Amino acid sequence: MPSPVLEVRGLKKHFVVRRGLFGRESAWVKAVDGVDFAIHPGETLGLIGESGCGKTTTSKLILLQETPTAGSIAFEGRDIAGLAGAELMAYRRAVQVVFQDPFSSLSPRMRVRDIIAEPLEIHTDLARAAIDERVGQVLELVGLTRDVAPLFPHEFSGGQRQRVAIARALATDTRLIVLDEPVSALDVSVRAQIINQLEHLQRTLGVSYLFIGHDLATVAHISHRIAVMYLGKIVESADSDALCARPMHPYTKALFAAALPSRPGDRTESGTIVGEIPSPLSLPTGCRFHPRCPSAMPVCSEAEPSLQRREGAGLVACHLY
Amino acid sequence: MAPVLEVSGLQTHFFTFGGARVVKAVDGVSFSLGDGETLGLVGESGSGKTTTCLSIVGLLPRAARIVGGRVLFEGDELTRMSQRELRRVRGRRIAVMLQDPMASLNPLFTIFRQVAEPAFFHQQMRGRTLRARVQQLLKAVRIPSPEWRMRDYPHQMSGGMRQRIVGAIALAGGPKLVIADEPTTNLDVTIQAQYLDLLKDIQRETGVALIFVTHNLGIVAKMCDRVAVMYAGKIIEQASVRELFDDPKHPYTRALLGSVPKLGSKEPLYSIAGQPPNPASLPPGCPFHPRCREALPRCASVDPPDFHLGDGSVARCWLLDDAVARP
Ligand SMILES: Nc1ncnc2c1ncn2[C@@H]1O[C@H](COP(=O)(O)OP(=O)(O)OP(=O)(O)O)[C@@H](O)[C@H]1O
Ligand SMILES: Nc1ncnc2c1ncn2[C@@H]1O[C@H](COP(=O)(O)OP(=O)(O)OP(=O)(O)O)[C@@H](O)[C@H]1O
Ligand code: SF4
Ligand SMILES: [Mg+2]
Ligand SMILES: [Mg+2]
Repeated sequence: MPSPVLEVRGLKKHFVVRRGLFGRESAWVKAVDGVDFAIHPGETLGLIGESGCGKTTTSKLILLQETPTAGSIAFEGRDIAGLAGAELMAYRRAVQVVFQDPFSSLSPRMRVRDIIAEPLEIHTDLARAAIDERVGQVLELVGLTRDVAPLFPHEFSGGQRQRVAIARALATDTRLIVLDEPVSALDVSVRAQIINQLEHLQRTLGVSYLFIGHDLATVAHISHRIAVMYLGKIVESADSDALCARPMHPYTKALFAAALPSRPGDRTESGTIVGEIPSPLSLPTGCRFHPRCPSAMPVCSEAEPSLQRREGAGLVACHLY
Repeated sequence: MAPVLEVSGLQTHFFTFGGARVVKAVDGVSFSLGDGETLGLVGESGSGKTTTCLSIVGLLPRAARIVGGRVLFEGDELTRMSQRELRRVRGRRIAVMLQDPMASLNPLFTIFRQVAEPAFFHQQMRGRTLRARVQQLLKAVRIPSPEWRMRDYPHQMSGGMRQRIVGAIALAGGPKLVIADEPTTNLDVTIQAQYLDLLKDIQRETGVALIFVTHNLGIVAKMCDRVAVMYAGKIIEQASVRELFDDPKHPYTRALLGSVPKLGSKEPLYSIAGQPPNPASLPPGCPFHPRCREALPRCASVDPPDFHLGDGSVARCWLLDDAVARP
């Protein structure tokens, strides 16, 4: 197996929040609380979980927009915490991001050419003509034409703007793109275009993706491997096919049960979990999922389960196994 | 049996720039809804779903005007009613749930006050009866310890609870028809599943008819009896849910169904070329023809009429011209 592009070990990010009069009480939000995963060249890792479980915080840590409370992130074998100067610049070139909302993620006053050229101007010393050429190339890669370069974002539809964002992410010699819910804000008829385009780009360029989403079917479609996150932890991970064929963690099962049918009459067993996601300010003891878990046992509220191997080169953290 | 709601030939246009720009947001929409039936209204952004709903209940923004068609609800012609009469209809006989629960809840009032309002104004309930009614409604939407939670304010509730409270308010007047405009778009999948199950339970208990606006075909498969697919202000296909999924008649419906990833399948998705239409400048002919893979020469010049098919479905597409026996 080739060595991973990105390897995350024991990653934690705790935020302190103050409340009460004069903000004297403080509490910790354990947004990311001990996460391990690896992404290989040309591979897509899907990260799925409910709102507030720490997906975006994980991507911010990778993108160096937040500093970890603990743990490490290694890129092509080197810990990124120690990077400086030219090496740091190379890392920022190699790892790019595409956000959910194509309407707010692109600066409205910049032309498409400058939006795409920005990472090249900051992180490379290419001449203007070479940058223009690269902008034209990546516009064609994402299925737009070169002549849109002088236009502004408002002159595009949502799907086209998301293509511009992807073009920008590809402009540098990118090895990994963090895709944080890249199709959630798009029209149904346009989502398939973007998913197909991303899959095509990966096949031709060998770039890796961290694909964050909450729609199981979409994440399963694009990902080679899937990691399921719940309140700051990965509770189960495996090859995409193996996970879909046999979800093991009760939370993963609940996500599958809650997934909408693809045709009428497809029975989805609903109501397997009850209640809402607990506040990250007061995490349940033991297994974080136990208050909502239909299979909870006495031990579940006492001890935190550790990760066990599961089929499909995966791991699952649950006392049932 | 007479339908609860019958919309025929509804046309609602937006007049902006002093009438210089006309957007035919809804342009000849017809459907009907029986007791306890659920109709899914699907279509992409801007296809006219919300405008259709707002036209029915008389909540259109100022720039919009109903320029044609009828809305018959339990025998009353709603398009002819005064705002005053419509307000009474909305409080009691028809309930509307909007996409953003915070937009339907007043942050300054307690949950009690907001859930109590319809019963207070329309059913003249007071005191202990009113409190009991509110608790019963909150219990119906599975709010735990309603006697306590009804004193809370909206911001003290989670997104899923707020959505359920909007549901409780909608049910408070004992409506015959609920219009739900994308009520679960902002919810997490597990919370969404709970809410959809709850809506179905309530419908079974009360027999209320439901119009469910969504762009999610999975929700349609789970919730609806019939579906109307909107494109550029028109219903381009209408059928029973089974018929629509098993044998879609319109190329747009086929494309829409093919573009959705199916769990466990890695097959490439069917991608619809081009962009959703701009309702301010629609192409001549069939509005879908620039994106249609099956278009015929006449599609570019003549808009197809409704074709009524043997199985009860209706679709607007020239490909069906031969399939339909001419009278
Ligand atoms: N700067 C911050 N200060 C305090 N808490 C934070 C901060 N950023 C995030 N959090 C908290 O950390 C948790 C994880 O947030 P995060 O944005 O990573 O979730 P997410 O999985 O991306 O959710 P979503 O699906 O809604 O985007 C949340 O409870 C959030 O409120
Ligand atoms: N206030 C307004 N002024 C002018 N045009 C409007 C106004 N509101 C809506 N429209 C137009 O009417 C058309 C139909 O809009 P509508 O909100 O009914 O669509 P929708 O199907 O509900 O879309 P979405 O899925 O985005 O909610 C749109 O093309 C929109 O541009
Ligand atoms: S009428 Fe023509 S263009 Fe329109 S959907 Fe049918 S085949 Fe396609
Ligand atoms: Mg996020
Ligand atoms: Mg709408």
